[in-house]
Amino acid sequence: MLNLGTDEIIKYPFLAEAKAYLKDKGFTLEQFVNDPDHKFIIDIAYDRIKYAANGEIYPSIYKNNINKSSLLPREIFSFIIAVVLLKMSHANILIKKFALSEARRAEKYLEKDLEAKIDIHSDNIREQLEYKVNQQELAIKIIKELFSVDIHKNHDDHFIITVPDYLRHAIHFHELEWKLVNRYVHHGFVFLTPHETVRLLRRKIDQYISSRIHSVEVTSIKHSLQNYINNIIVMAQKFVVPASTSTEYPPCIKHALDVLKNGKNLSHSGRFLLATFLLGHNKSITEIVSLFKNAPDYNERTTLYQINHLAGLSGSRTKYNCPSCQKIKIHNLCFATSECNNITNPFQFKSNNEPR
Amino acid sequence: MNQDSLLILEDTFKKYYFDNFDLLHVPNDSHEREFAYKKFNSKLYRHIALKSDKELHLLLMTQVPSDVYCSNARYSFPTLSMNAKDWQNADLIFDIDSKDLQLQCRNSHTCIKCLDCNAFSTSNSKCHKCNSHRFKVIVLLCKYCIAAAKKEAKKLCILLINNLGINKQNIFVYFSGNDGFHIHVNDSQYQLLGSRERADIVDYITLRDGSTINNNNRPEIKNSTKLKYNQTRIGVVSNNTEIKNTSSVIKTNVKTVEKNTQYVIKSIIDPNVTTDIHRIFRLPGSINSKSGMSKVLCKNLNLFDPLYDACFIDDCPTQILASCPIRFRLKDKKFGPFENERITVPKYVAIYMICKGLAEISQL
Ligand SMILES: [Zn+2]
Ligand SMILES: [Zn+2]
Repeated sequence: MLNLGTDEIIKYPFLAEAKAYLKDKGFTLEQFVNDPDHKFIIDIAYDRIKYAANGEIYPSIYKNNINKSSLLPREIFSFIIAVVLLKMSHANILIKKFALSEARRAEKYLEKDLEAKIDIHSDNIREQLEYKVNQQELAIKIIKELFSVDIHKNHDDHFIITVPDYLRHAIHFHELEWKLVNRYVHHGFVFLTPHETVRLLRRKIDQYISSRIHSVEVTSIKHSLQNYINNIIVMAQKFVVPASTSTEYPPCIKHALDVLKNGKNLSHSGRFLLATFLLGHNKSITEIVSLFKNAPDYNERTTLYQINHLAGLSGSRTKYNCPSCQKIKIHNLCFATSECNNITNPFQFKSNNEPR
Repeated sequence: MNQDSLLILEDTFKKYYFDNFDLLHVPNDSHEREFAYKKFNSKLYRHIALKSDKELHLLLMTQVPSDVYCSNARYSFPTLSMNAKDWQNADLIFDIDSKDLQLQCRNSHTCIKCLDCNAFSTSNSKCHKCNSHRFKVIVLLCKYCIAAAKKEAKKLCILLINNLGINKQNIFVYFSGNDGFHIHVNDSQYQLLGSRERADIVDYITLRDGSTINNNNRPEIKNSTKLKYNQTRIGVVSNNTEIKNTSSVIKTNVKTVEKNTQYVIKSIIDPNVTTDIHRIFRLPGSINSKSGMSKVLCKNLNLFDPLYDACFIDDCPTQILASCPIRFRLKDKKFGPFENERITVPKYVAIYMICKGLAEISQL
């Protein structure tokens, strides 16, 4: 197993063995949260959840050279207590959002560590360099241990990964830049920048953090947390949209709505399909934006901007049309039934209930 | 095909198999492979188990198959139906077929046989006699096509070694027995890849959809030609085909890929073959009933000549009734054109023409 230092645990709190740490200090989790001295940590945990609910990343504070020994318990326990709070609230949508937000946070640190950029204007370059190289090695190790992917640092700041390993991850992307034909490949290795390396592993990172969160066992904790839990339940309710699945919708649209309703991730093309279809059916922009509230990476401002763009209200001022059935098939979003009657665009769909 | 033609094919194939057991082997992991065979004028028998060379030889002698196949995949239960086989992994296989190379000589050695009136025509669009569009295309062996296919095979091998990092020892080039080459790769790293990953490898090798190429990430393309790379096939071979280890790759500087070296950037392969991870392939050593020649390992691709290295049938004089609207050359002898003519030819020519549908055995 990895031997983690304080820095790593602050960056990747999901790796910490919180229970062992507590035991070390002679606490049970229940004693810990009921101790008034620790209330500020529960507040931070609650903040972490709020950041995630807003589709943002919990900011790191460890840059401001505060005493690391006090920072460590705060970071470990704000993470673990956030998970406990979420689980006790049974707020599945928020758990997904929390996992995603923590994954993006980990991604940010992994990329930075791989880059190992040093400030050449500072006077302790040698020390800095040593520290950065150390961080880089640890990041490489984390990637190997957690995601079973071997990466090596190359001479000119690239990372190299074997072609089969690369392909296993790259096929999940639709963007052409990830196709092998658009990559430099040499003697069985693909060359990637630190950013690309981390981006390539996104699914793995998401899966790993979700599984860590799911594996946390929560035994019921006494009342001291009840207020927080009540607030979280209210927070989660904002995201639950009354099911508005209409029988007049074609199966691809119903599917896209179902994905969102279950708080799962809908692909970019899926979102495009749903939004353009509903815009074409004269649904209001606020109505459509609210459907995306359940998406794990929901951010109201971005979503609003994107839908406005599709409606032709901003940017190029072109109104986007609903994609053809052929395109929908290519993106694996077609779930055609006999009701579709060989239409070529979901717009032509007429359900059996409707008079023809 | 008449009864006498069928008999001579069966006799000839059986004799070939009996005389050449040493060319026919099941793979080491044969208990994990699916085998299949066809008999003359019969359906395909699939999901067959062959556990040893002995079992294979017995099948060849008792069934006298026209074609024998083996899966590139390994399964837990190779004899069960497709869904129940439990796929484990599959060799990476590439198919280079002369027909995909679109050489200019192609028309000169292609003819059609009408399915309605049985007439032969040199046209490739319709029967010259009855104007029917239902016909069988017959392509005869052409040394230019074979040479071009060899060149693609060589370029593919260089891409596999230099770019994909596959060890030379794990690459096996076979003549398909008819009109191209099969390149088998036994490399454990690539064996586990699924169909989608293999499709990406195909696009890499064929440089498919060149307009999407990110030139900054492919300096070797940028440097090797000023021509539009998606219109040209670059055949210049770099000598640098030795496999490197990780530590030497680490020293590669992407931005300064040597400007003077010319790189192989593309090879024309059949995309559907490589992406199919449940396919069956002609077993090495077996005869291809489309030509009467065998699928054989090319130990030296440069010197390989299908008529001498893949044709194992003797030249005992054989009388046939031949129809062929075009001239063709086999082993430095010219044949045709024939118009329903009774001729005597070496047996390997007779078998070749019967397999191609250009002749029948005729007894007076
Ligand atoms: Zn005809
Ligand atoms: Zn030719």
